[in-house]
Order: sequence, then C-alpha cells, then structure tokens
Amino acid sequence: MANRTPTLREDIPRGNVFQRFYASFESPGRRRALHALIVALLIVTPWISSQYVTVILTNALLYVVLCLGLNVVVGYAGLLDLGYAAFFAVGAYTVGILTQQFGINFWAAIPFALLAAAIAGVIIGGPTLRLRSDYLAIVTLGFGEIVRFTARNLEITGGASGLSHIPEPSLFGWQIDSSIDFYYVFALLAVLAYIASQRLFDSRLGRAWLYVRHDEDAAEAMGINRVATKLAAYVIGAIFGAIGGIFFSVNLGAISPESFSFQQSVLILLAVVLGGMGKIPGVILGAFIVVLGPELLRDFDTLRLLIFAVLLLLIMLFRPSGIWPEKRS
Amino acid sequence: MTWYDSFLQQLVDGLVLGSFYALVALGYTMVFGVIKLLNFAHGDLYMTGAFAGFGGLSLVSGFLGAGWLGIFVAMLLAMLAVGCLGVVIERVAYHPMLAAPRLSILITALAVSLVLQNAALSLTGGQYTAFRTDLGFGGFNLGNLFLSYNQIVLVATAAVLMIALELFVSRTLYGRAMRAVSIDKDMCRMMGINVSAVIAVTFFIGSGLAAAAGTMAGAYYGSIWYFMGFLIGLKAFTAAVIGGIGSITGAMLGGLILGLLESFGTHIPFIGSEWKDVFTFSILILVLVFKPTGLLGKSEVERM
Amino acid sequence: MLLQLNQVSLSFAGNTVLHDVDFGVEPGRIQSLIGPNGAGKTSMFNVITGFYRPQRGEITFDGERIVKRKPHSVTQLGIARTFQNVRLFREMSVLENVMAGQHCRSRAGALAAVLRLPSQRAEERKILEVSLECLDFVGLMGQQDRLATNLAYGHQRRVEIARALATEPKLLLLDEPAAGLNSGEKQALIELIRRIRDERGVSVLLIEHDMSLVMNVSERISVLDHGSLITEGAPQAVQNDPRVIEAYLGQDDEELAL
Repeated sequence: MANRTPTLREDIPRGNVFQRFYASFESPGRRRALHALIVALLIVTPWISSQYVTVILTNALLYVVLCLGLNVVVGYAGLLDLGYAAFFAVGAYTVGILTQQFGINFWAAIPFALLAAAIAGVIIGGPTLRLRSDYLAIVTLGFGEIVRFTARNLEITGGASGLSHIPEPSLFGWQIDSSIDFYYVFALLAVLAYIASQRLFDSRLGRAWLYVRHDEDAAEAMGINRVATKLAAYVIGAIFGAIGGIFFSVNLGAISPESFSFQQSVLILLAVVLGGMGKIPGVILGAFIVVLGPELLRDFDTLRLLIFAVLLLLIMLFRPSGIWPEKRS
Repeated sequence: MTWYDSFLQQLVDGLVLGSFYALVALGYTMVFGVIKLLNFAHGDLYMTGAFAGFGGLSLVSGFLGAGWLGIFVAMLLAMLAVGCLGVVIERVAYHPMLAAPRLSILITALAVSLVLQNAALSLTGGQYTAFRTDLGFGGFNLGNLFLSYNQIVLVATAAVLMIALELFVSRTLYGRAMRAVSIDKDMCRMMGINVSAVIAVTFFIGSGLAAAAGTMAGAYYGSIWYFMGFLIGLKAFTAAVIGGIGSITGAMLGGLILGLLESFGTHIPFIGSEWKDVFTFSILILVLVFKPTGLLGKSEVERM
Repeated sequence: MLLQLNQVSLSFAGNTVLHDVDFGVEPGRIQSLIGPNGAGKTSMFNVITGFYRPQRGEITFDGERIVKRKPHSVTQLGIARTFQNVRLFREMSVLENVMAGQHCRSRAGALAAVLRLPSQRAEERKILEVSLECLDFVGLMGQQDRLATNLAYGHQRRVEIARALATEPKLLLLDEPAAGLNSGEKQALIELIRRIRDERGVSVLLIEHDMSLVMNVSERISVLDHGSLITEGAPQAVQNDPRVIEAYLGQDDEELAL
C-alpha cells in the first residue's frame, strides 16, 4: 500500500464519504437503479401515507417543477430572477380565466397559458437581459409586483379575492379530482421536468448558458449570441413556471394574487440556492426542504420565515454552492 | 378648489413623498458608488430605522415629550443605531463576498433583507405598531392650499440632511476619499487611503439617512410595520436610477421627481391610485431599459 | 482580399486609438501585426471581431460588410480569435471548452434537446467529433476531461486555439500566442500555425512581440504605431525599414529583439 504510485487521474472521486457515495451514482447502471427506485417510491407513497402527507408531497412536487424551472434561469444562465412567481401566476390565471370564465376545456387552455408565459418572458426579458445583472434582478422584481398588482386590480382576474370554482379537469373520462389523482399528476410533471432539465443541461443550449455565465466576451467570440442565449433560459424558465401554475390552479380550484407574491418568488429562489444552483438533485432536495421544513416547524409559525432567511444568509456566507456536494473537488 | 389649487396640493404632497424617497435613495446610490452593490437590504434599514426611532422616542418622550424635539432626538438615536447596523452588515455579509461572483453577493444582499424583514415580523407578529406622537394636525392656509407644520418640518429636515451630506462629500477629507474610492479602489489603496474605513463610513451615512427617513415616516404617518421597507426600497431604488445611480445629486433629484410623478400620476383619471405602484414600476423598467445611466449618471465606455 | 479594412478610425473619449487604417489579409496567408505597446493592435482585433465599433471606416470580410455586426455574428461568418490573456472557461473541462467553438456551427434548439430528436443527437455527435479532432490537431488528445484551469499555461493556449478552430473559421486571429511560452513551445507553436494554414486552409493573422517567431512564420508583416499603419511588406523589407526601427527605438524598451 505504502509504496503504490499515486495516480494523477482526476476522475477518481475524492473527498469525504458522502461525496464518494454521491459520486458512485455517476455510473450509468447505478443511476438507472436509483431512478427506478425513486419512481417506485413515487408510485407507492400515496398508498402508504395519510391524505395529509399526500397533499404536502403534492405541494413539494409542484415546487420541484418550479425550482427546476428557476434553476435554468439562475443556476444555468446565472441570471437573478426575483419575480419568478409572475410566470407561475401567468400560467395559473390564464387557465383559470379561460376555463372558469370562458368555459374552455382545460387541456385546450394549456397551450394558451404556455404561449402567454413565453410572450411575457420575451416582453420582459428581451429589453432587460442586456442590463447589468443587478438591474435585471430589480426589473424582474418590479415585473413580479406589476403582475400581482394587475391581477388584484382587474375584474377579469377576480380582483383581490381572485378566482374560485375553477373546474377540475378530466382526461379520457377520468375525472382528476382526488388528492391522490393530483399527487400523480404532479409526480409526473416533476419527473418530466427532471428529464427536461437534465436533457437541456446536456445539450448545446445548456453548454451555451454555462459559457455565457462564465465569460460573456469569450462566449461571444465563440459565436454565441449572449442575449439570445439568456432569453432562451428566461423563456424556458417561464414555461416551467407556467406549467406549475396551470396545474396549481386546477388542483386548488381557486387562486388569488397573494399566491404569487414576492415571498413566493423568494421561497423558490431559496430552494434553488439551498440545494445548490445548477445541480439538479440539489435543487430537488432544496424544493423538498422548503416545503417540508415549515411542516416540521409548525410550532414556530412567525419564526419560520426568519429561520429560512437566516439559513439563506448562512448558506451564502459559508457554502455558496449549496448543500449538495460538488461532483469533483 | 380650482385646478390650480389642486395642482399646488399635489405639488406639496409630491415634495413630502419625494423627501422620503430622496433620503432612502441616497443610501442606495452611495453604497453603489463605493462597492458597486445593489444593497437590497436598504429598504429594510429604513424599516429598522422606523422601529429604532419608535424605540428611541419611547425612551426620551418621558423627559423631552413626543413633540418635534423628542422625535428629533429619537431620530438621531435611530440614525446612530441603524448606521452601526449598516456597518455591521457590510462587515459580516458583504465584505467577505466582494470577490465572489456577482450573483452570490446579490443573493446575499437579498438574504440580509429577508433576515431584517422577518426578524421584525417575528418581533411584531406582523401587526402594525402605532407610532404615537404629540404632533397634532396644525398648519395654515395659503389661499386654498393647506400646509401642515409637519410637512414643513419634514421637508426642511430632509433638506438640511441632504445639504449636510452634500457638504460632507464635497468639503471633507472623508467625503473626497469616498468619491475617490468610487472611481478606483485599487488606486486609492496604493495612495494610502483606508478603503475599508471609507466603505464603513459610507454604509454608516447611507443607513443613517434611511433611519432618519424611517423615523420621520413613522411619525408622519403614525404607524409602522415590518413590510414598510419593501415598497419604499424599490421606489427609492427607482429614484436613484432616475437620477443616475452613483450620483448623490442625482438621488436627491430622482427622489423628488419620483415623488412628484407619483403624486400627479395618481390623479391622471385613467391611472387612479390602485395603479400607483404599477405606474412606478413601469417607470423603473422604462428608465432602466432606455436610459440606464439616468439623468446625471456617467455612461460606461460603450462596448459591442 | 479575405479581410479588408478601409479608413478605419476608432477613438475612446477623444483619444484616437486607430487612425484611418487601411489593412488587408489575403486568403491563405500567414500575416503578422506588430508594433510597440499601445500601438492599437489588440484594439484592431476588437474592431475586426465586433467587440469595438469604429467611428468611421468600412470592414469587409469575404465580401460581407461586418462593421455593425455583433461579435457572435462575425464569428459565424468565419473569423475566430484567441485572447491576449487566455480566456478559457476555467471551471469547465477542456472538451467542453472546445465544444463552445462548435456552437455557431450547430442549431438544435431547446425543444429538440428536450425531445432528444434524432437530428439533435446526430448533431451532438458531430460536435463531439469535431471538437476531439481539433484537440487532436493541437496535440492535446487525452486531456479532454481535465478542467481547463488545471492545465499548464502552454496547454491552455493550445486549448484556446483548438476552441477557435472548432468554429471552423476562414481566418484565425491570434493575440500574442507566444506570450509566456518557453523556446521549445514557441517552436511547436510555429509548426502549429503553419499546419493550421497548410492542412486546414485557414488564414492566420497574429499579433506578436517575439520578433524571431514573427520573422520565422510570417509571409507578410504590417506595422502599427500610434494607431496608424506605418508600413507593410515582406519580413526582410519590414525589418530594415527605418520607420519601423524608429517606432521601436522611440519606445526604448526590450522589444527591439529584431
């Protein structure tokens, strides 16, 4: 042992036992096994847990979708979006208005909601993505508030009390109404969001986000249009958010402007930062912590948000890459 | 009332509002000047200042009364306390992050803002706190225009603070160092300027001015709560951008312009008061997109 | 002419950086741009590649006017560059760095990536193949999985060249490629520059201070001083031109290693 020559290969996992444990899942076989295990868990869980737990988990899965969407914007492209809940709202309200006030079928309303979110993404992102990153943060914050104020002030959005009696959807005669039904809908969405963000990350576009984030000038010199690249991240994030909002609205059957406040945007951002910006498993973990944490902290109601805020600050100061371990040291 | 009287009334309201915005905007612009950071927590320092002023007033009202004298002393106490808080925040949260990627320090600033906000939320249970004073509603009429003494004192205090700041920055050693640091930090270090100290002084003054605005706002409007810094933080940032971020005169000008715009804007029949904030944010976005350097800001060398 | 600058002038806040520069690169040439520090050489690269916009003048590349184009669109047309102080994506792997070059030669969008369309997968394979080929070309096969920042400096410069080659350029701009290299590495760089032109048909324009390298590799040399082009010609002619000697002597620094 003692006189073995040290290797210089960098792909040998280093670090502590946890890092090696995570790294061991990089082999395709083990990863497939892990995926199968997670899917099996997702399927079985509602049958072995109470309705209360199912509802909480449904909420956590919704957050997984939202967080993976924001992760594209913040984690991949490095753009600080403080108004992400706006896209969540655009999706929810578009479907709410079309189904409840115009009687349009839920499934037919989805494309309109996605289109609305994409257009909102282009309108806000197009002119602002050239700005300094901190200006962008403020503009997105302002945009988020504009959307919420608008929802509160318009008649068609139901004003401050919002929309209620949004009809539950059905699919080929299957009425999606019980909490288990919605659990499965969100589980499916979360899995799809996971696959989509993984594939985006492994693509030409995913690499372009990293290039632009690391060095805008060098990326431009390589023929990468930085504004278009950022805009793509922004619009894709918007679409993820809208998908979350679409199903959120039919799940609750009622939406109000306060579901889409600045705090909502901050909570989603917290989950992304907590888990580790740009790291998909970390972001999913972050989403679960942000949703399940308050359930565990029920007794400290007003302290809950303070605890989260302090946590966010501590993470930024001591572990800015999030709690999920790095792949390589 | 004729349209002219109504115009004058809007003008006065706009000036009062604008004074608050200007005082808070100054902190944004000064901090941005020295460390190029958008201090998201600044609006919450205004809120903290209001609570500190409230606490200060309950301390001193026993022997100074809760009139202007008591409020004035409470305001000074609040400025001192929040100024120190600002320095601590800079040391603990921002200083270690200055070399980190921009995204990290922005999120850190956001985290500081959330900590202040939610600490106040936990302490007050999210309720409004009544800021009781003996100010009364006295004033006098100029034609049909009513001017309250409170409004006059408030605008005058804001003006005095701003003039003092302007003198400090243009006449004193620290003020000049502050301007030098905002231009080239490394060069300042080489010239023997204690850059850390200058940054600390900047945070102290910026936070202190926010606390002054917070105390006065509490006294003027009569109630304070944990979320009062959020909107004004955003609006003061808008004001700083309108004036040209980094420019002290610009922040004062921007504050007044925004105050007047809001005051008059809400009386355009189509807009109405429920759209007031949408109106402000739209201005912010339009200014950032079309004139990000503001009225008095310097443009960076254009590339690409 | 592959690249042609006509009366190009650039100034920053009243300081003239380039003054009525007329300059051309013929296809298939290896050409050098030399001049004392601060003569405006890198600014000229930045003007050509769209990073700076000149106040006056016209630039054509391969028959297209490129003055108002953004850098990415200039690269798309076929001009690639390296930077004076290596600008790799430091925290990414060597292979990922080189793959950046292929971005402008591929087009799969978000939807194609999410659905893993056959066309997208074929394109990803092509990106990978071209990038590995470029790495092999600069002699770095086997290093592809290392982080760029962990490579020796000389190798980092080569990664940057491979990355530029991966954009499939017609013209390659090298900004001081020999800076910081030892003499063995310089010799290898000369070979590499020749091979880039001979085997890939890419014209090369380089800024360089190392005169022996410049004299050795260039077929034509242009001299820039105070933002103006003072002379142009074959290496021998330029070397003996009194104006060039004066430009450098007036500077009294170590660069007079002619």
